[in-house]
Amino acid sequence: MSDHPKIAIKSGRLVDPKNQIDAATDLFIAESNIIAIGEMPDGFDPDITIDASEKIVCPGLVDLRARMREPGLEKKATIKSETLAAVKGGITTIICPPDTKPVIDTPAMAQMLQQRAWQTGRTFIHPLGALTQGLKGEKLTDMWALANSGCVGMSNALSPITNSLVMRRAMQYASTFDIPVFLHSQDPWLTGNGVVHEGFVSTELGLPSVPEAAETVGVARDLALIETTGATAHLCQLSSGRAISMLAEAQDKGVKVTADVTAHHLHLSEHDVGLFNTLCHVQPPLRGKQDRRALRDALKNGVITAICSDHQPHGNDAKLLPFSESEPGISGLETLLSLTLKLVEENELSLTQAIGLITAGPADIAGIDAGHLSVNARADVCIFDPVQEWVVTSDSLVSRGKNTPFMNQRFKNKVTATIIGGEIVYTA
Amino acid sequence: MNFTDIQFDNKGRLRHFLTIEDIPRDTLIQILDTAESFISFGQREIRKAPLLRGKTVVNLFFEPSTRTRTTFEIAAKRLSADVINLDAKRMSTIKGETLLDTVSTIEAMKTDMFVVRDAASGSAFLIAQHVSPEVRIINAGDGRHAHPTQAMLDMFTIRQYKKEFADLSVAIVGDILHSRVARSQIHALKILGVKDIRVVGPKTLIPTAIEKLGASSYHRLETGIENVDVVMMLRLQLERMEGQLIPSEQEYFHLYGLTEEKLKLAKDDVIVMHPGPMNRGLEIASSVADGEHSVILAQVTNGIAIRMSVMATIMGGSR
Repeated sequence: MSDHPKIAIKSGRLVDPKNQIDAATDLFIAESNIIAIGEMPDGFDPDITIDASEKIVCPGLVDLRARMREPGLEKKATIKSETLAAVKGGITTIICPPDTKPVIDTPAMAQMLQQRAWQTGRTFIHPLGALTQGLKGEKLTDMWALANSGCVGMSNALSPITNSLVMRRAMQYASTFDIPVFLHSQDPWLTGNGVVHEGFVSTELGLPSVPEAAETVGVARDLALIETTGATAHLCQLSSGRAISMLAEAQDKGVKVTADVTAHHLHLSEHDVGLFNTLCHVQPPLRGKQDRRALRDALKNGVITAICSDHQPHGNDAKLLPFSESEPGISGLETLLSLTLKLVEENELSLTQAIGLITAGPADIAGIDAGHLSVNARADVCIFDPVQEWVVTSDSLVSRGKNTPFMNQRFKNKVTATIIGGEIVYTA
Repeated sequence: MNFTDIQFDNKGRLRHFLTIEDIPRDTLIQILDTAESFISFGQREIRKAPLLRGKTVVNLFFEPSTRTRTTFEIAAKRLSADVINLDAKRMSTIKGETLLDTVSTIEAMKTDMFVVRDAASGSAFLIAQHVSPEVRIINAGDGRHAHPTQAMLDMFTIRQYKKEFADLSVAIVGDILHSRVARSQIHALKILGVKDIRVVGPKTLIPTAIEKLGASSYHRLETGIENVDVVMMLRLQLERMEGQLIPSEQEYFHLYGLTEEKLKLAKDDVIVMHPGPMNRGLEIASSVADGEHSVILAQVTNGIAIRMSVMATIMGGSR
């Protein structure tokens, strides 16, 4: 990010949940930082003036979980291709899980990923380190060294740690150094080879199923360990109403635990699998409509504080298979903003709440200084048009992954400009 | 999209036969009636009709099968089609040729109909979505999802012995969870008007939402088959014991094996069916399988007529 123009963003509606701002005002950027809000500083002579009237100016989005596929699966996508997609979606900071190939379980891997991101990427990328070596659930990684190499937390990614003693030790060790742990809590035995929620659709289509208990059993164990170890923990992509209740109960008791939900789990249910629609094959599976209701309620009452894309780009071949053989995951970077703000249209959330869930909320969970528009903060900004419509098509998606069940859907809230570190990296 | 969109062409004619679900009652009745006209074929000296002359039917079986494949082959040949049997092994990884690659390779040889069996639920549906519009697909069993020709031959057999569907009580017994046959039977019975559809088995073998498909579940064989007109037994796959779905053969037979003694709880004129192959002494006692209530061999004979009927029906749509 080389040159740093002076930018004036004029006449927009500025929404910054962290600083509780929702007002029509101007924003001034220089030397990669926000230097003023409201009054133009004396002698400020903008190189670029953006007319943001009728538009919303908010902090650049922070995506708590997105896979770039690099290193290891560059045939699917790269840091370059996916960060271009990210900025088109208004995302300026991405947290990457450690399940790259090779796994991010050494400081060298963590540094390499950040270096590649720096060289080819357009957004900030923060890796998570692996909780155990090779994500095998057996031996702890050098967490302190990983944290000192830029990892913002440690995670088991999608590989369950079946040995509860190893999980307990991992939490104890991480909490020694105040390193947050990001957990995908799932009982692997109950998950088995399941590909859809155990319910109507699994009964009708005869697909191997994942019972809700796969999540609740995993969450119950992990909550017990989080409470007794005092670890700072984050539960990734909860999918069931019962798991939410357990989380809320733990939070009430003062356990230091947060959680996120994916944008697609907030809008889809098991019924969207329809007739073997492999684009709806995700892990954890899309669950019942009452679960989706509970997930939305958890956003309203603050039990869940982040919405993520859980971006998993695939080539077409990964989905052109019988359902149970297709690869799970949705390409979600470019629909994160629109899907989140759709909850405002559906009267589930206020605009401030919704934007908070994709900016300050995830930034706080990851413990990073991002997701707000404070004076002197780094200028990561997203400007979008709340009225302008756009349609999801293979052509309109920049991501190499065209695998989205929202294909051909029409959305509002089109991003018109994205600024990272004071540099305009995307304009529509 | 629903199954109607893919199974019927824009003139409302059946073009693929993938699942019983969403097929109107009239169409099912028509398939049964057409099969009726083919049933006498087996007794004739010249057992051929020219309906599929010049057409090429490919039996594409990714899962081993003797009886289903054979009945499809005989059915196609009696309709004068050229038949190619392919017992293919399939790689489920991207390294090997994918299912759709295999199908499009064979399709490029100008074939008219695929009869497909595969271990994955939804395979026949996936293929039907990707073949060219003039090619017809018959699902000969996809994973746990559907086996519609089996269900239709079962309906045909029931109609032979029972005439009216509306007042019947039918029990389906055994491993419902893993059974594509049971799912298709439930859909067919429901569409044909049967109100009392029961599934019988331990909770480990009954899918959670079976009531939503229109069946009521019973966990004891004695109550499940009480006063029923039809008992449809399912094959118990022996590997189910490894998954701890049932504890032992002895316990299963004791609780769910159909014996002469237990069959007395059903109606006096009950018929007993089984899609085969049977595990004698596991789900069904030999004395019942070979007894006076058994219509199991009639099912096999009817299987040919039903498959002729389905093939003729869907190819008829292309003319």
